[in-house]
Amino acid sequence: MSEEKFVPKSKFGRWLDSRLPLLTLSHHLKDYPTPKNLNYWWTFGGILTFCLIVQIITGLVLAMHYVAHVDHAFESVEHIMRNVNYGWLLRYVHANGASMFFLAVYVHIFRALFYGSYKSPREVIWILGMFIYILMMVTAFMGYVLPWGQMSFWAATVITNLFSAIPFIGESVVTWLWGGYAVDNPTLTRFYSLHYLMPFLIFGLVILHIWALHIPGNNNPVGIDIKKPSKDTVPFSPYIVVKDIYALIIFLIIFAGIVFFVPNILGHTDNYIKANPIVTPTHIVPEWYLLPFYAILRAVPSKLGGVVVMFASLFILMCLPWLDTSKVRSAVFRPLYKIFFWILVIDVVILGYIGANPPEGLYLLVGRVATVYYFVHFILIMPILGFKEKTIPLPVSISDPVLKNDSITNDNR
Amino acid sequence: MLKKFKNKIKILFIYLIIIISCNNSVAEEKVSLLKNKWSFEGIFGTFDRASLRRGYQVYNEVCSTCHSINLLSYRNLSEKGGPEFSLESTKNIAASFEVIDGPNSEGEMFTRPGRLSDKFIQPYANVQAAKSANGGAYPPDMSVLVKARGGGANYIYSILLGYEDPPEGFNLDEGVYYNKYMSGNNIKMPNVLSDGLLDYEDGTEATVQQMAKDVSTFLTWVSEPSLEARHKIGFKVILYLIILALLVYLSMKKLWSRVESE
Repeated sequence: MSEEKFVPKSKFGRWLDSRLPLLTLSHHLKDYPTPKNLNYWWTFGGILTFCLIVQIITGLVLAMHYVAHVDHAFESVEHIMRNVNYGWLLRYVHANGASMFFLAVYVHIFRALFYGSYKSPREVIWILGMFIYILMMVTAFMGYVLPWGQMSFWAATVITNLFSAIPFIGESVVTWLWGGYAVDNPTLTRFYSLHYLMPFLIFGLVILHIWALHIPGNNNPVGIDIKKPSKDTVPFSPYIVVKDIYALIIFLIIFAGIVFFVPNILGHTDNYIKANPIVTPTHIVPEWYLLPFYAILRAVPSKLGGVVVMFASLFILMCLPWLDTSKVRSAVFRPLYKIFFWILVIDVVILGYIGANPPEGLYLLVGRVATVYYFVHFILIMPILGFKEKTIPLPVSISDPVLKNDSITNDNR
Repeated sequence: MLKKFKNKIKILFIYLIIIISCNNSVAEEKVSLLKNKWSFEGIFGTFDRASLRRGYQVYNEVCSTCHSINLLSYRNLSEKGGPEFSLESTKNIAASFEVIDGPNSEGEMFTRPGRLSDKFIQPYANVQAAKSANGGAYPPDMSVLVKARGGGANYIYSILLGYEDPPEGFNLDEGVYYNKYMSGNNIKMPNVLSDGLLDYEDGTEATVQQMAKDVSTFLTWVSEPSLEARHKIGFKVILYLIILALLVYLSMKKLWSRVESE
C-alpha cells in the first residue's frame, strides 16, 4: 500500500512508536483507505464485532451468577432472571444476541458470496472467516446447553452422539466427550468451561481476519481492484465509521425489539422445562441458525454418511476460492451467477425450514433434493459458470461509470 | 435513494422469513387455542393488578393443593409490576403459612410462620410424593409454566376451559379426563373449577371463565415478573435509538456530501 510513513508528533510518541508501533497502528486504522462505493451490506463486519463484544460482556456478568451444576443450572438461570438487578435484560440480550450474531454473520457471508469477496487475493480472509463461523456454531451450541432445559439436554445428547459414527473409536470418543456414560454433570461443566474459552479464540481470529483484510484492502460492490489511496477511496475515519454506526443503530432497533417485546420468540418452549434424561421431547430441534446443517445431517440415511456430508458442507465453503473459476468478482457483472446466487439463498432457507420439521415424507424428500443442490452449486455450477458465463464489461475505476453518465448527459445537451 | 430503500426492504424480508420459519417450528397445536385479550400483550402491555390479586387467590385456594411455585418468594407478591399487595398484607400472607426451618441448636427441624424472604411452600415433599398422590402424574411446577407451553397464557386458559364429555367411542382410563386442548385429549388433572367455587375478596363473581382468566394472568406474571419493566424500558430504548439513528443519518449525509460532490 502506498501510504506515506507515519511519524508521531510528540517526542514520547516517537519514543513509544519505535518500540511498539501502537500509534502507527491507530493511524493506519484511522486513515485506512476504503472504497467509497461500499453499500450497507458492508456494514455487517462492524456489526459483528459489536455483537461479539456484547456477547463477551453480558456473558461475563452472567457467569458471575450462573451455577454450572445439573441440580442448579436451570434454577440459577431463573435466579438471574428474577433476583439479579437487570438480570432478565442481561440474559435476554445474551440469548437473543446469539441469534442476532448469526443473523449478521449470514448476511456477511452471503454478501461475500454475492460480491466475490473470497476470491484472490482475499482467500485467507475468507478461510479465517469460515473458522470464525465454525467456532461461533460450537460456542453457540455449548451456550445453548448451559440453561439445562429439555432442549439443552437433548441437543447435547444428539450432537455429541454424532461422534459415535466414527468407525472403531466412535463410542470411546463419545464417552470421552461426555466425561461419563451419559450427558451429565461432567458434560455440563466442560461445556461451560469451553463456552467461556471459545469467544476469546473467536476474538483472536477476528483480529487475524481484520489484519488479513488490511493487506489487500476491502473488496467493493464493483469488485475491481482500485488504487489506494485515490479518488476512489475515502479514509476509514470518519466516513466509514459514521456509516457503520448508522447501520449498527438500525440493527440495534431490531435487536431491542426482540429483546424487549418478544424475547422468547426465537427459543423453544421446551427449554423452560428442566432437563429430564428419561423424558424425550417429541421433536428435538436445534436453534434456528443451525437448522440448515441439521437438515443436511438428516438427509443422509446412514449416520456416518450424514456426519461426513454435514462436515463436507462446511469444508466445501473453505474450498470456494478455488472452486469459483470466474475472474470477475462481483455478481453485478455476472448475470448468470446472480441468478444461481439467489437460488442458493433460497436453497439454504428451504434447508432451514426442513431442519425444523420431522424427517419424514415430503420433508425428507425436499431435504434431500436441497442437500444435493447445495453441493451441486459449489462442485458443478461454480467451476463451470466461470468458463461458460458471458460477463458484463467491467468499468475501469469506481468513479468511471459515474463519469460516463456525465459525458452522456453532456452529449445530449 | 430508492435503491437504498430497496436494500432495507430486503433486510426486513429476510428477517421476517427467519422469524416466521421459527414460529412455524414452535407452533404445532392441532386444535387452535382459545384466545383471550390479555392486558399484558403488546408494546405497552401491563398486568391488570386486580386480576393478578384474584389470580393469586385462585392459585392459593385451588391450584396450590397440587402445584408448587418453587421459584417465587412471598416478598415477590409486594414487588412492583406484580400483584403489589401492601407490605403489611404480604407479611400476613407469608405468616399464614407454616414453613419448615432448622436445624436448631438441638439439631431438630421445626416449623415457624413464613417470612417475606421465604419461598412459596410446596404441596409435596418431593416429586415422588407428588406423583403417588396424583395417580402417577406429576403436577408441574408453575414457576415458568407459561413460558414452557406453546401458546403461553392462552394455553393455560384453554386447558382450564377445555374439559368436556368425551366423544362417543373415546376410551378414557380410570383417573384420566377428557380435555379438548390437551395433546392426545388425555389429562390427569380433574376439572377443578366450578362457578362460585370461591368468594373473591374484591366481590367479583367467581365464574369459571373469570377464574381461568385471573389465574392465567397470575401465572404469566409468575413466569415473567419483569414483564412490565421490560416493556417500559424497551419503549424508551427504541425511541432513543430511533432519534439517535435520525441524528447519525443526518450527520452522515452531511459528511458524505463532501465525497459525493467531488
